[in-house]
Amino acid sequence: MNTGIYARRKIWNGFFLLLSVLAAGFGLIWLGFILGALFYNGFEAFAPKLFLEMTPPPGENGGLANAILGSVMMSTIAVVAGTPLGLFAGTYLAEYGRYTRLAFFVRFVNDTLLSAPSIVTGLFVYELVVVKMGHFSAWAGAASLTVIVIPVVVRTTENMLLLVPNGLREAAAALGAPQSSVIRAVTWRAARAGIVTGVLLAIARISGETAPLLFTALNNQFWSTDPNAPMASLPAVIFQFAMSPYADWHRLAWAGALLITATVLTLSIIARLLQPKRSS
Amino acid sequence: MADIALAEQMSSVPDRATAVAKGGARDTRFRLLTLAASFVVLGIFAGVMASLLIGALPAMQHFGWAFIYTEAWNPVTEKFGALASVYGTLVTSLLAMFVAVPVGIGIAIFLTEICPRPLRRPIGIAIELLAGIPSIIYGIWGLFIFAPWFQVHVQTWIVDTVANVPYLQDIFGGPPYGIGIFTAALILSIMVLPFISAVTRDVFETVPHVLKEAAYGLGCTTWEVMWRVVLPFARSGVVGGAMLALGRALGETMAVTFVIGNAHHIQKSIFAPGTTISATIANEFTEAVGDLYLSALIEMGLILFFITFVVLASAQLMLRALERRAGSAT
Repeated sequence: MNTGIYARRKIWNGFFLLLSVLAAGFGLIWLGFILGALFYNGFEAFAPKLFLEMTPPPGENGGLANAILGSVMMSTIAVVAGTPLGLFAGTYLAEYGRYTRLAFFVRFVNDTLLSAPSIVTGLFVYELVVVKMGHFSAWAGAASLTVIVIPVVVRTTENMLLLVPNGLREAAAALGAPQSSVIRAVTWRAARAGIVTGVLLAIARISGETAPLLFTALNNQFWSTDPNAPMASLPAVIFQFAMSPYADWHRLAWAGALLITATVLTLSIIARLLQPKRSS
Repeated sequence: MADIALAEQMSSVPDRATAVAKGGARDTRFRLLTLAASFVVLGIFAGVMASLLIGALPAMQHFGWAFIYTEAWNPVTEKFGALASVYGTLVTSLLAMFVAVPVGIGIAIFLTEICPRPLRRPIGIAIELLAGIPSIIYGIWGLFIFAPWFQVHVQTWIVDTVANVPYLQDIFGGPPYGIGIFTAALILSIMVLPFISAVTRDVFETVPHVLKEAAYGLGCTTWEVMWRVVLPFARSGVVGGAMLALGRALGETMAVTFVIGNAHHIQKSIFAPGTTISATIANEFTEAVGDLYLSALIEMGLILFFITFVVLASAQLMLRALERRAGSAT
């Protein structure tokens, strides 16, 4: 009688633990499939001309140079504009506001923006910039990416500043340093690796971002460095090429996909290595 | 190095009183600067809401509440209803959660209880990389690799098997296109898996060891400890993580746009093509002619923003309450 119950419990235990091993396998297998497909299909078109030639009309040879330039330009503008804002707001939350009602509210709004659909931020920038300017532009694309960068930087900055031991702040304050000097010379420095992590994660996040670019920066078949004009970006070109019926466009889309994924995964792995281990 | 820099800053000022005054003024400026940046965050949020409301106004006035419960989507006659898109958004996301929640919890159990210690970090990172892969990559992979494979090897078989089974033939029936609601949901579930497993794993680690040890001491098996002790203790955290993942799934755009099929009507079969709010906007926004068409699309954006806001807000409230509890426990 008793042994029956024991046996049953052991079997259930084995069964469910097996299921959880399978669950982990499920996750890893997809990762393997996706990366495998990317490398297999992407390498075919991976050649120096990818970086040197423009996006071609269907049926002709070409590369992705203008799209790469567009992605780099818009991401750079977004990071340059978004990082200081996110850094200051995160500093307010961790250093000045910490327990105030305002900080609670800002935190709440920020975390909502962090997970809000990016296509909605694209609509916002469309209304705010594209409609006002009267045309699509790289500025608008960069603005929509900035809106995505800010919450990421705010979140990591606050988290990293909170990890800095209070003893450091108190020691600096005891030496007579004004609070702003304490923050800039002590807390920021102590949390530097973490803050850089946040910026890297933000870059990783926006370099694959497609939806908001579709109706802000639009796309451009040609080499353009004018931020006032529509600009190509890797994700937008991938979208256009993958949805087309042309085989050579598909090859370029795969190569672009491989390029983006390699960039994003490298950035996130570097970010993870930089990240300080959680105390406690 | 910091102290030297500070000392230099201080010694360049002639006397103590001016130094303190200067420091005070700098303090105020810096504080206001950080405060202003915080208001920018609030401003963005308010701006998103305001711009969506203003943009959606013409469609709201024209269609009223009927916009939400009508299915018609005809740009030529300018008849627009969001129902098919809202339906697609909800069904794909809920189906995705159906797969992702148990699997995500399973992964968390694997990582905290079963996995050999040296492998925990690498496997954990690998799972989290799934969240790092951009949406568009899932899209292109889903369209070119997964959907054709699924169509030939799985879908045809399921459709044939259930062909004469009542109810099931409605849910799984129809021609096997490969793309459709189910494919989109499956890809979504892979994308949000890391959100669930990461949050679940974190809350599992907040469970006091004494509780687990007591249960083991009573002779519980690992599974019984997880199911009867750890999961009930971590319930609100797991639900919070699932809501967070749901919020992501609802707003996911590119991956879904590639594989959903973009059909503006509701069908019984989950293998049938459909559409979601985000896919409709992504596909049609730049090609939309006429103010009413644009406005209808923006109103859909507003609906999406509203749904995700509710989901994300409740996720946050749950996770915050948990943080407080974890904070007071230690």
